Amino acid sequence: MLQTSLEHIESEEQLKELIENNEKVAVCCGRMGPMCIPVYDIFEIFQEKYPDIQFRDMDFDTPDAAIIKGLPECRKFWGLPYTIYYRNGKVVKATSSIQSAKEVKSVIDEVFA
Amino acid sequence: MIAMSKNIKKYDVIIIGAGPAGLASAIYTSRAALSTLVIDESSAGGQVKTTHQVANYPGFVEPIAGHELAGNMRKQAENYGTKFKLAADITAFHLSDQEKWVELDDKEKFTTEFVIIATGSSPRLLNIPGEKDYKGSGVSYCATCDGEFYKDKDIFVIGGGNSAMEESLLLLQFVKSITVIHQFDELQAEKITANKVTTNPKVNILWSHEPRAFYKKENKMVVEAEYLKTNQRIRLERDGIFIFVGLVPNSTFLKNVPIQLTEYGYIITGPQMETNIRGVYAAGDIRDKRHRQITIAVGDGTIAALEVIKRKLNELSRL
Repeated sequence: MLQTSLEHIESEEQLKELIENNEKVAVCCGRMGPMCIPVYDIFEIFQEKYPDIQFRDMDFDTPDAAIIKGLPECRKFWGLPYTIYYRNGKVVKATSSIQSAKEVKSVIDEVFA
Repeated sequence: MIAMSKNIKKYDVIIIGAGPAGLASAIYTSRAALSTLVIDESSAGGQVKTTHQVANYPGFVEPIAGHELAGNMRKQAENYGTKFKLAADITAFHLSDQEKWVELDDKEKFTTEFVIIATGSSPRLLNIPGEKDYKGSGVSYCATCDGEFYKDKDIFVIGGGNSAMEESLLLLQFVKSITVIHQFDELQAEKITANKVTTNPKVNILWSHEPRAFYKKENKMVVEAEYLKTNQRIRLERDGIFIFVGLVPNSTFLKNVPIQLTEYGYIITGPQMETNIRGVYAAGDIRDKRHRQITIAVGDGTIAALEVIKRKLNELSRL
């Protein structure tokens, strides 16, 4: 279980429902590791700054994380966390490994503007 | 905190950097009833939040997760009234003996009498072609996070210091082989750790080489490395690259400020943490000193805060 204050996605169904019912969704799929924690923290801060975006996390080791690991956009990813941005149910951006607040903000400006 | 106008607010003290030094300062200044603002371009916790386990911080019998320790420090400061502006961009600022202000995200401006700079240090990047492009898809900075992606693979480790060798030991649990690329003829890491790596049959070392570029060839990562003694370049292929080349002080934002820095970019302070600018202090890993530890950062932050409190009290007593 991830120790963050973000809402956790615990199943494939939950993720599908979330992206079907919300225009803008960002999911950080990782572990409680050094590259992942900064991204969760940034998501926690951005929840307040961007109330129109649904920020979530997902445990990389849960079997249901296959829904993210199996995305074509993640095929060449070799670094945690996998961070996926969905708009209107579709993946519009995916990043691998640690991201700074500036990098996350830049993706948000690019895909959710 | 005094609201000066719609977008300008005044705090007694502004702390730039929310790692252990900055948070220790904030706990002290807030408890002394000074209005305190902590600013950080990322989240709170500094390097501690990304440390797996902290085993040498007094008061914890069992090791504590770094993110938990960092979270506790932040909550402690918040409980005493510290305000935070996190994931914030400092878009302009001014630090002089007479005037100190910080502008965030081009919209909010904060003025103060005292500034404590506690921006710490960050892992050094090589800043060579390909490094950013392949981050997370061939280039990594964390063995515990990404080591398992390279199970039975051949990899490069760039660096020869303590972190490079400690991370190599972790990686050896997963990988088929490691080629260490190091700029010198000997490793800088502590002998005991270095020996464990160098005596492992899965390890090969490329001495006196520096990477100049990374690129991808089909599924392999290619390193173009220069032999420093002849400037000859070679190209080698492996499955991935792990980079551990030390830390750099987060002081580039100070380049146009008349604050005294060492040639490596660390801030020079006196024993009470004051810089050459009156009312501006530095604490933690950003400060020029021999040792860098969480406990020392916390000590620096405490000293800086106590100095600020003392000066504020002196000011008030003169009124």
